[in-house]
Amino acid sequence: MSPELKSKPKSLLAPGHRGCAGCCDAMAAKFTLMAAGEDCIVINPTGCLEVMTTPYPESAWEVPWIHSLFENTAAVASGIEAALKAKGTIGKTKIIAIGGDGSTLDIGIRSISGAFERGHDFTYVCIDNEAYMNTGVQRSGATPFDASTTTSPAGKVSFGNQRPKKNMPAIIAAHGSPYIATTSIAYPKDMIRKVKIANETVGPTYIHAHAPCTTGWGFDTSKTVEIGKLAVETALWPMFEMEDGEITKVRKIKNPKPVEDYLKMQRRFKHLFSMEGGEEEIKKIQAIADKNVVDFGL
Amino acid sequence: MTATHDVDMEKMVVVEGSYSVAHAVKVCRPNVISAYPITPQTHIVEDLSQFMADGEIPGCEYLNVESEFSAISALVGASAAGARTYSATTSQGLELMHEVLFNVSGMRLPVVMTVVNRAVSAPINIWNDHQDSISQRDTGWIQLYAEDTQEAADMTAQAFKIAEDKDVLMPAMVCMDGFILSHVYEPVVLLEQDLVDQYLPTFDPEFVLDPKNPMSFGAFADPSTYTEFRYLQEKAMGVALRKIEDAANEFNEIFGRYYGGLIEEYNTEDAEIIIMAMGSIIGTLKDVIDAHSSKGEKIGLVKVRSFRPFPKFEIKKALKDAKMVVVLDKNISIGLNEGALFTETKACLYNTHIDVPVAGYMIGHGGRDIPVSTIEKIIDEAKAAMKTGIDIESQFTDLREELL
Amino acid sequence: MKIIPGAICEPGTTRVNKTGGWRTYRPIYDYDKCIKCKLCELLCPESSVLPKDDGFFEFDYDFCKGCGICANECPKQAIEMVLEEK
Repeated sequence: MSPELKSKPKSLLAPGHRGCAGCCDAMAAKFTLMAAGEDCIVINPTGCLEVMTTPYPESAWEVPWIHSLFENTAAVASGIEAALKAKGTIGKTKIIAIGGDGSTLDIGIRSISGAFERGHDFTYVCIDNEAYMNTGVQRSGATPFDASTTTSPAGKVSFGNQRPKKNMPAIIAAHGSPYIATTSIAYPKDMIRKVKIANETVGPTYIHAHAPCTTGWGFDTSKTVEIGKLAVETALWPMFEMEDGEITKVRKIKNPKPVEDYLKMQRRFKHLFSMEGGEEEIKKIQAIADKNVVDFGL
Repeated sequence: MTATHDVDMEKMVVVEGSYSVAHAVKVCRPNVISAYPITPQTHIVEDLSQFMADGEIPGCEYLNVESEFSAISALVGASAAGARTYSATTSQGLELMHEVLFNVSGMRLPVVMTVVNRAVSAPINIWNDHQDSISQRDTGWIQLYAEDTQEAADMTAQAFKIAEDKDVLMPAMVCMDGFILSHVYEPVVLLEQDLVDQYLPTFDPEFVLDPKNPMSFGAFADPSTYTEFRYLQEKAMGVALRKIEDAANEFNEIFGRYYGGLIEEYNTEDAEIIIMAMGSIIGTLKDVIDAHSSKGEKIGLVKVRSFRPFPKFEIKKALKDAKMVVVLDKNISIGLNEGALFTETKACLYNTHIDVPVAGYMIGHGGRDIPVSTIEKIIDEAKAAMKTGIDIESQFTDLREELL
Repeated sequence: MKIIPGAICEPGTTRVNKTGGWRTYRPIYDYDKCIKCKLCELLCPESSVLPKDDGFFEFDYDFCKGCGICANECPKQAIEMVLEEK
């Protein structure tokens, strides 16, 4: 069991927040704070996590927290790091940005690129629930192939989103980050361990956490973890660690499950099981998983 | 009180306007500088970078960010963490910052920024006018406009003092005309470190990002509180009116230089015609007015130093006995055919007993030269309007009709 | 309440918002089945699984939204979700 649980009975993300029942964001934030402890500063862009945790005058955060805008989180983190450096307190207090996939892969990528290139000492955690959930499940650069969202809906002539997920860890790796890891909120101990390593690594580090969203993906609130595990077990979400650009650790899967097991539990892929040609589409998704097995040696 | 300069030839050096501002920033002891290069702001950030490279700004971090958007965003974090913060930009860079400018003000972070005024695209144009900063007038930033390079430098120290005041806590722009001030070499007194230390207290905000007192910054406000946050910003701007005057007076006491507080009045006593303007054009206007005064003509000048907060009271007081007011604007609200200073001056005279005609001239767009002859022409028209009334309320100046 | 300029909030203050009222299903422990593995505590998005002195857990019904993740993931099926009675 995680030693943090014994030493910190009080959660650093207080209850009473407005996250949906079964919310993946609340879990991701909780695990991140379990890894970080009290001596950190959190930067949070606009999104579900921001809105649900800080309706003025309330805040769910027990650590110093700041929200500025949607697309500038990494820049705000840069400024905080610079201020701590100027004060001579850098290194002790961890600086952690927590952003959603839209904020990270799409609108905020410029400021992330700048911050990683400049080499600030901070950790960026991307909570990837594969669409713009706060505004009502619109497609993002992280939306997977064939997922139906409100702006990439399945219809008579469409199977939904026609592009694969943007490979954000590779983009971060190209910036020379010393530590990058993919993880999932379905594996809390894995996530806590990786966030800890990221925090302890000097320089800009990146954690990409897969996070099933009950509301946006369309599944029962009790299934958040179960579906997250299936993403990993089907090889659709490879979990790995990269040090200085090289993959150093991979979570192996003994017998990958067929992707149908994952897809059929979610409303966003429901059309693949009812539309003519859906089977072919599922094969394409299976091919993505099969390629992951080969590429990452899962 | 009119402007006074104790000219100390011993202390004067001939430097570029950008250098005098960069030097002023240095002696204000910033903790975080964050900027992105853009013409004609570049010399300021280059000079600051050299100061950093030479170890001349202790306790300071300089961020070479990847855009103006991140330049100002980084200062959101830095200021919230308790740092004294500075940036400089212009034109497209300032427009790119637009969203963040509201955020900085709403979060009550006293960032100070030099805006080296330049026209905005399209067509792309690197020369001076005021369209860039005027377009940001509703973002909740204090906006001060400098007449010359000495004032731009001195105003920088004043801006930190005003912005960081506990009863203000609003960000401030020091606006100086691109090239005309930023790239001109003039004799100036570089701000003395010991005097600045005496003038400017350390930045010590009540709340900072600190694990020992873990407050949350930038929560969302629903309709039950949002109005009150806006009201408090407006109230802080009201306090800033007084603090701008105080900062100018205290500066005068310590440094012996004064340029006016919210406005500077020049020959306004008994003036029949009063010209209003902002920025470097003030120097030319003063020369023209001196020439007319020597002929016994009663022409005065109101230099507006503070465009935000807008000094309604002082402007009304200065204009109340004039027979004719002429407002020069290096900007236009397209679709209204008026410059901002003109529109706002008219607005502040409405619902008062002051009944003076006000004419607007939009002038110097995209760096178009403003010769004395143009100002003379405007004065001639003002004289005529005093007798016959205003013919054209607001107009472009020196249009090249042959191009149209 | 006086607002703080800049919309600055005190930490942990969402605790005034009792989200237990959202609940449709209520989790109930069967302590005979519980092996004190702490998974329910770890996973709870509301941090509403509280440790007891005896090593078992209890639910904080003030905040539990009844998502059922604890029951779904419990390796010993020691948690049952029962319909709330109004």
